[in-house]
Amino acid sequence: MIALDFRLDQGGFTLDIRVQLSGRVTVLFGPSGAGKTTILEAVAGLRPPSRGSIALNGRRVYDVANGIDLPAHERHVGYVPQDVLLFPHLNVRRNLLYGQRSGGRLDLRTVTAMLEIEPLLERGTGGLSGGEKQRVALGRALMSAPEILLLDEPLAAVDVELRRRILPYLERIRDEVGVPMIYVTHDRDEARRFADHVVLLDHGSVVRSGPPADVFASPKP
Amino acid sequence: MSLWQITSFTIATAIAATLLMMPPGLLLAWLLARRRFRGRVLLETLVSLPLVMPPVATGLILLLLFAPRGPIGRVLSAFGVDVVFTWRAVVLAMTVMGLPLFVRTLRAGIEQVDRRYEAIAATLGARPIRVFFSITLPLALPALVAGAVLGFARAVGEFGATIMIAGSIPGATRTLPVAIYTYAETGRDSEAAILLAVSAAIAAGALWLANHVSSRAGLRA
Repeated sequence: MIALDFRLDQGGFTLDIRVQLSGRVTVLFGPSGAGKTTILEAVAGLRPPSRGSIALNGRRVYDVANGIDLPAHERHVGYVPQDVLLFPHLNVRRNLLYGQRSGGRLDLRTVTAMLEIEPLLERGTGGLSGGEKQRVALGRALMSAPEILLLDEPLAAVDVELRRRILPYLERIRDEVGVPMIYVTHDRDEARRFADHVVLLDHGSVVRSGPPADVFASPKP
Repeated sequence: MSLWQITSFTIATAIAATLLMMPPGLLLAWLLARRRFRGRVLLETLVSLPLVMPPVATGLILLLLFAPRGPIGRVLSAFGVDVVFTWRAVVLAMTVMGLPLFVRTLRAGIEQVDRRYEAIAATLGARPIRVFFSITLPLALPALVAGAVLGFARAVGEFGATIMIAGSIPGATRTLPVAIYTYAETGRDSEAAILLAVSAAIAAGALWLANHVSSRAGLRA
């Protein structure tokens, strides 16, 4: 269960959100500028809200009233930004191992097998294709044994063909790893296929929230 | 004191000074590049001061501080450590005069590093100190090398502060630039010319090393 109840102001833009997310995959859906990425950054501890609270699986990682603001390195959140940001000075193996946490459910072998990236292990990150980078970044986040996975438009930068190839990996993570995910997209089909819960956002606030069928059934706001 | 002795003494003290610059230099470069705090401008000014002040004036300040009755010298004397007019004074003068170049160069390099790499490393569980040494510093490696070379070259060339606090004692504190000056003053032109050539060779060697390391780092990234 993920409980987001906070307000965040940044330069004229205000994000004001209150939702409870209990599904395996929650999709944040909405036009650009709706505040989707900002929500992920706030959850990851990279952007402080101005008030409210954030709880991940019952653990308060941010709570203004009680002076709680866990730094990013203590939140156990796996964040894959839109441009994946693999560390350019480390090869694939060292990228994957960077955040390895002992006691994690997943070891290197499991993760690389699931994402089919064993052949890439000794390669530098520079020569990887978009889809390979995306999978390595997913693997790197999984290796840190996150309690929640935040994915920012993982399929936005890849073409239709690649999208068709990566989506099964994401479904595998959802079904085999069982880490709750917050997934940002502005693709309706992706949201329908992937989410059990959709939060429709616009201009920094929640327009609708619920199962995909309900959220997308209503007329466009 | 042979020319060889002068040369090796200068290189050894300059290497020691360059190594001494690193711990405070890394901390200062990181503070100035990445932190906003009260007194930042003051710190920035203090660090750069030896760069713009006459070296002789800096030397005089060091002399007042480290003289046996000076505020720092008194403490060191109590432990039986003499600084003024010893090789330690040479290293001290070189360190203080080289530090600004090291800090300014490294700071500019750190500012070039995309902070989002640091943010991702934090979400993977890395504490700030690990983020600095495993992400920030390797990505700023060319600047680290360039800063160290500039600091080293400045140390080798140090004259004004050295003459104030270390003097020109043959076999004890006489460095290359001081020796060149002394030889030229006393009409020993051939010795001065040889040391001139040695200075040029050291400078060229340092620059070659810097370019070599930087381009290798560039290839890896």
